[in-house]
Amino acid sequence: MENLENIVSEHPFLKGLDPQYIQLVSGCASNVRFEAGQYLFREDEEANWFYIIRQGKVAVEAYAAERGAVIIDTVEEGDVLGWSWLIPPYNWHFDARAIELTRAIALDGKCLRNKCEHDHNLGYELLKRFAHIIEQRLEATRIRLLDLYGNGK
Amino acid sequence: MATESNSMNTIVPNPMLPQPFAVQRVRRETHDTFTLELSPSEKHGFKFSPGQFNMLYVFGIGEVPISISGDPTRQKTLVHTTRAVGTVTKAMYKLKRGDVLGVRGPYGTQWPIGNALGNDVIIVAGGIGLAPLRPAIYQLLSQREKFGKIVILYGTRTPDDILFRKELEQWRARFDLEVHITVDRAMSGWRGSVGVVTTLIPKAPFDPLNTVAMVCGPEIMMRYTVTELQKRGVPTNDIYISMERNMKCAIGLCGHCQWGTEFICKDGPVFPFSEIKSLFVRREL
Ligand SMILES: Cc1cc2nc3c(=O)[nH]c(=O)nc-3n(C[C@H](O)[C@H](O)[C@H](O)COP(=O)(O)OP(=O)(O)OC[C@H]3O[C@@H](n4cnc5c(N)ncnc54)[C@H](O)[C@@H]3O)c2cc1C
Ligand code: FES
Repeated sequence: MENLENIVSEHPFLKGLDPQYIQLVSGCASNVRFEAGQYLFREDEEANWFYIIRQGKVAVEAYAAERGAVIIDTVEEGDVLGWSWLIPPYNWHFDARAIELTRAIALDGKCLRNKCEHDHNLGYELLKRFAHIIEQRLEATRIRLLDLYGNGK
Repeated sequence: MATESNSMNTIVPNPMLPQPFAVQRVRRETHDTFTLELSPSEKHGFKFSPGQFNMLYVFGIGEVPISISGDPTRQKTLVHTTRAVGTVTKAMYKLKRGDVLGVRGPYGTQWPIGNALGNDVIIVAGGIGLAPLRPAIYQLLSQREKFGKIVILYGTRTPDDILFRKELEQWRARFDLEVHITVDRAMSGWRGSVGVVTTLIPKAPFDPLNTVAMVCGPEIMMRYTVTELQKRGVPTNDIYISMERNMKCAIGLCGHCQWGTEFICKDGPVFPFSEIKSLFVRREL
């Protein structure tokens, strides 16, 4: 567990978090591994986890009836995947599929939600970090909507 | 750092007079993009600097500015990569081997390869914007030992729109070059990155304070790229972009390409961002 605690505390996403919180968060963490092609989660399933990707690449996909699975984003080493665990009704909005062998730290969202309810300071610290990620994704989505590589016509 | 001035002479005595060049080879790059290899005269070849453009005249249809996309050390073929978007470029798309095209140039400023000596270089291209940067990449690679890290970031709409795919694969396989490609969307067979090109910048391995950035793509792409480079800490002076506006004379006479106080045909198309940043964000010019 100490090893996992080190990894968690070193990760940029959680860096600077009070050691006591690192310990709490690490209590909800586990090492996971996905083979290429394996799904981390599927749309509409309950969202009880989020992932800190340590190695590999994951495609976030939406299924369109006429086109099949369309990749709309990829996350890789250093990225954080998933915030549906934080927002009711806690269901995934997309599919996430490992494109290559992926190692990650999975954080149990249910466990974290409970801890955040008991300690709002922890909740606020985590929320600040997720807000930053959500902002980055929103910005990237907006830029993409501008049709970055065409003339927008 | 200032833009290096255009030291190349035009190969034609009258800069307004197109010279006939024969199409030697046509290569279809993507569904709407193609590369023409033209043969210059045996005697003179065709000298240019990376970043410069020519005016290409499809006889009877019209003339358009197109950057040179070939290797500056190979003067025996003149290479242009074009996206068919309208009247002239669609007519150009139909040209075959042996057809003749009018060429005048080369015109404009060049990518700041000299300023990049001893530094890291980051090249950020969007869509067809990789074509004007390709001569710069050739030049950097021909003197690889003179630069620090070289990073190429390329973004385009879909995997089918990737330009110079084979060459990108070769570059990516090199151990002295970092090449990252991302597309806006892809089907599930794609194993690369999905997302806009700006998302590659925060993680790209270069030293922001000792880097020269060369950026080419649609204006909107360049705007967000510059912001992201600045967020990483690249000084505005070290960011260069290539601007596109319609041209007529291409030699600073007609005013067609005027952009504030600058003429894109002769003061550009490659500008240090610091020189034009006030124009870049202005809505009406
Ligand atoms: C210095 C310079 C270098 C250039 N280098 C290249 C190059 O290497 N390769 C290349 O393909 N193009 C390049 N261009 C752009 C090219 O000149 C234009 O695409 C071309 O002039 C369009 O002419 P057209 O007659 O085919 O289209 P038009 O009939 O004039 O336009 C038809 C439609 O296409 C749109 N359009 C025009 N230009 C573009 C564009 N660039 N992108 C998307 N839509 C456009 C117009 O808004 C219009 O809706 C360069 C431009 C400049 C100024
Ligand atoms: S095109 Fe005539 S001044 Fe630039």
